[in-house]
Amino acid sequence: MDILYLLIPLSAVLVLAIIGVFGWALHRGQFDDLEREGERILQQEATAVDTDQASCQPVQKQFGG
Amino acid sequence: MATSSVPAQPVYTDSVVRWFSVAAVVYGIVGMLVGVIIASQLAWPELNFGIPYITYGRLRPLHTNAVIFAFGGCVLFATSYHVVQRTCQTALFLPKLAWFTFIGWNLIIVSAVVTLPLGFTSGKEYAELEWPIDLAIAVVWVAYAVVFFGTVGIRKVRHIYVANWFFGAFIIAVALLHIVNSAEIPVSLTKSYSAYAGVQDAMVQWWYGHNAVGFFLTAGFLGIMYYYIPKQAERPVYSYRLSIVHFWALIFTYMWAGPHHLHYTALPDWAQSVGMVFSLVLLAPSWGGMINGIMTLSGAWHKLRDDPILKFLIVSLSFYGMSTFEGPMMSIKTVNALSHYTDWTVGHVHSGALGWVGMVSIGALYHLIPRMFGRKAMFSTRAIELHFWIATIGIVLYIAAMWIAGVMQGLMWRAVNPDGTLVYSFVESVKATYPFYVIRVLGGLLYLTGMLIMGWNMAMTMLNGRAVTTPIPAVAAHA
Repeated sequence: MDILYLLIPLSAVLVLAIIGVFGWALHRGQFDDLEREGERILQQEATAVDTDQASCQPVQKQFGG
Repeated sequence: MATSSVPAQPVYTDSVVRWFSVAAVVYGIVGMLVGVIIASQLAWPELNFGIPYITYGRLRPLHTNAVIFAFGGCVLFATSYHVVQRTCQTALFLPKLAWFTFIGWNLIIVSAVVTLPLGFTSGKEYAELEWPIDLAIAVVWVAYAVVFFGTVGIRKVRHIYVANWFFGAFIIAVALLHIVNSAEIPVSLTKSYSAYAGVQDAMVQWWYGHNAVGFFLTAGFLGIMYYYIPKQAERPVYSYRLSIVHFWALIFTYMWAGPHHLHYTALPDWAQSVGMVFSLVLLAPSWGGMINGIMTLSGAWHKLRDDPILKFLIVSLSFYGMSTFEGPMMSIKTVNALSHYTDWTVGHVHSGALGWVGMVSIGALYHLIPRMFGRKAMFSTRAIELHFWIATIGIVLYIAAMWIAGVMQGLMWRAVNPDGTLVYSFVESVKATYPFYVIRVLGGLLYLTGMLIMGWNMAMTMLNGRAVTTPIPAVAAHA
């Protein structure tokens, strides 16, 4: 089963790489404010024309800044 | 953000998303039609009419390639390009390269449609395409990775949404699997031999095969689930924290489940057991994710009554939960002794493929297509409702028939007379399976009918809509 000498180290390297990426994400604050991040994708739609391109005349939304 | 009077507002790169979505529906119809044809050939073998190009052995890889890589692949390209732009609030990185992936992927599909019926195959399941096409896949896939990770790299939102993690893992894992498994030695333009031999080859093949299920058909579609269910339900995912745990737990444990495809073979016994244990462990993250997705509707269950798109998305998760329970059970060696090589396996695959992958894709496409053509909703919501019920009944017929057929075959093959001879010959088990093959054709036909309704609905939506550009909203100041 020589093939295991390829596949097992490959998987081990992969796991190390995954740990590395996880560490990066943790360090860069990707997991800092999780519950708010879950809601962000819903808030964005409010500002995107995405919801309602159908019939509306282009209404320029100029709030905020 | 400058507040100049009339800035040329940047827009999302949606043209490539639009065409991948349309291609997905078309390939879905074609791939499932081929599925119905080969299911019919199993029930009525005369249906190949003695023409070599349409025999079961050549059409079966065409079916699997069409539904997994053409339909599933186009769904993943469309949704990942859509989700990564929306969640990163930026247009695609190198849009021309994204177009290259569209053209390249479609050329690969066309070459599969030509070469597989002609009988050119490397003989590796789910990796049948010959070496020149394998090279083309590698090139297109690298381009896909550049576009996707480039877009994540130029994101305007600091946090990378969980769906992008799933898509990213899927892209990297598939690249790795494809390159290792497709290592082959060409002997001519149309023929190559695997770089591995015997049980070594089998081990690589199922390391690839099961991880293709895990990353192509699971991780990628979980990315879809984590974006489109919250969007369609208009509620944040039940627990965003759990979705992060789901992701990391899944990718840490998936890589070594493959040996369960090789129980009771020449593969060393300990490797089989390792595969079984990892498969059982996978139950935990899978069910965590399923519960997380379904509970997103917690407190808003009434939406399920009125919205057929949500029905597709939520029922897809029920099938995900069912298949990810059934899979680990079937990986237990004693269960596998009964189920292996029977149609139970085929039923299990299709409960995942038609129920989970198919339905979550269909739900996401019904959400995505109108938005790509400047409409609020699909042309007909009642047609979506009809599609949902036809598809669900089709799946139930399909998998129930295959469960019964599979367990029956397993029991017939292992039945032994007191003197040690077999009670049944193989052909007797084939004959006993016939009615279930007919029910399977019926189930597949229903599912295909649903896809045809979707094709009509999409065409009407396109005719009544137009390709629109969507401006990228300014990033909120608190980001």
